[in-house]
Amino acid sequence: MLILKCPYCGVACDETELHAGGEAHLTRHGPGSSDADFEEYLFMRENPRGVHFERWRHVYGCGKWFHAARDTATLEVFGTYSAQVAEPPKDVRAAITAKVPGWRWRDLS
Amino acid sequence: MPSEIPRMKREMSRYSVFAVAREAFRDHQGWTRAWGSPEPKRKYDVIIIGAGGHGLATAYYLGKNHGIRNVAVLEKGWLGGGNTGRNTTIIRSNYLQDPSAAIYEKARSLYEDLSQDLNYNVMFSPRGVMMLAQTEHEIRGYKRTAHANALQGVATEFISPARVKQLCPIMEIRGPRYPVLGALWQPRGGTARHDAVAWGYARKCSEMGMDIIQKCEVTGVRSQGGKVVGVTTSRGDIDCDKLGVVVAGHSGHVADMAGFRLPIESVALQALVSEPIKPCMDVVVMANTVHGYMSQSDKGEMVIGGGTDGYNNYTQRGSFHHIEETVRALVETFPMISRLKMLRQWGGIVDVTGDRSPILSKTPLENCFINCGWGTGGFKAIPGSGWGMAELMATGYSPLTEAFGLDRFSEGRFIDESVAAGVAH
Repeated sequence: MLILKCPYCGVACDETELHAGGEAHLTRHGPGSSDADFEEYLFMRENPRGVHFERWRHVYGCGKWFHAARDTATLEVFGTYSAQVAEPPKDVRAAITAKVPGWRWRDLS
Repeated sequence: MPSEIPRMKREMSRYSVFAVAREAFRDHQGWTRAWGSPEPKRKYDVIIIGAGGHGLATAYYLGKNHGIRNVAVLEKGWLGGGNTGRNTTIIRSNYLQDPSAAIYEKARSLYEDLSQDLNYNVMFSPRGVMMLAQTEHEIRGYKRTAHANALQGVATEFISPARVKQLCPIMEIRGPRYPVLGALWQPRGGTARHDAVAWGYARKCSEMGMDIIQKCEVTGVRSQGGKVVGVTTSRGDIDCDKLGVVVAGHSGHVADMAGFRLPIESVALQALVSEPIKPCMDVVVMANTVHGYMSQSDKGEMVIGGGTDGYNNYTQRGSFHHIEETVRALVETFPMISRLKMLRQWGGIVDVTGDRSPILSKTPLENCFINCGWGTGGFKAIPGSGWGMAELMATGYSPLTEAFGLDRFSEGRFIDESVAAGVAH
């Protein structure tokens, strides 16, 4: 069972208390953007087998959105962090590097 | 261990009642291998990545319909060991949209005589599939689907609760929370033996001279000037003129090697079977509102399918709470299963697209084709998918796959089957 710690209320909650919100740090292309950009935003996904960054919501708790970094192959959780950032913070990336050297996700590593 | 298997003939014998009788008189020493285990050649006309149902069916129809027999099917693990061996074996074609109805009905109709075509008993059992309507909205939705199916030439009808009870007496139709208000009934839907479908196709492919190479992982896709020229594998480089990627849950991974992106997310879908009991249910029942579907296998096990995990993963296991939700819902509709013990549970990695319809398409890399995105419902489509994919790869165009191109996402030309797919697909 997947257990994530909500960075806002500090509760370690299992997946039944949470709602998965899909891939994190998407660029939200809007009206006036090109077809390719809009397709990219709406449909194209990283879908990695390994390190992944996602949005989650603590629905049956504080109700707040947050980010999580985890491994899609092993379900290992590397850390959770605030929703108010455009990319993963340094400490989360360092925690991933410590466990998965040479990881890559979009242009991050 | 003997150094070679005694009296193993290289050519394959035809399966028949006479063959069974003949072998009965000679201690079953004359059966030949169902498919070969060759070393990869340097070059093939076509390489298919993935020896699951869809990959093998593609290879089979390339040979049978288009005369392309210099084909290799590469498989990372073992033949049919992915989702082909992990589904709940349901076959139906009662979809809403025309392109879906066309390809799923093609598949269902090919299943009808697949055993004869392959000379391999795939145990297709057109026992009938019913999708329960348990809310007013579902009644409207399924009536609409029945009307659409009538126009598409797919035989389905909307039936009354009394008929549901008659067809499936073990069902509690007055259910406490979700009474059965009717059902969408497809009498020629049913089940088939999932492994036999992969094995039957593999045997015929091998007979046509194709190479099925197991334990051969593709680690890279080689291209020159935007054109595919071959693959790098754990057993060396292999060249090809055309490449077909048919790897379901791992499509994103292979697409990454080939240098393009896909609108796909991979999640675990799980299923479970009970201990075997005497025959009590001779139809397939799906209940989308309560997220569960059930049929009885020939061995007597109740085969139960549940929901997908809510988040991306590649664990082939699935979340425990989904089992609880599925079983809780089914116990309500089938009170008699409440005392059954569950024997096995497993998961498969399904590749889900934004509109819940598959992708059978050319790709940005020339001569590289992809067949993926079947999500939670690929097994039923295997023959139709292989038929269309083979035509697409051989001739560059197939009426069956035309609407399922990758470009539909940028053009907004979706084939929305999220309702037809629901949980049970």
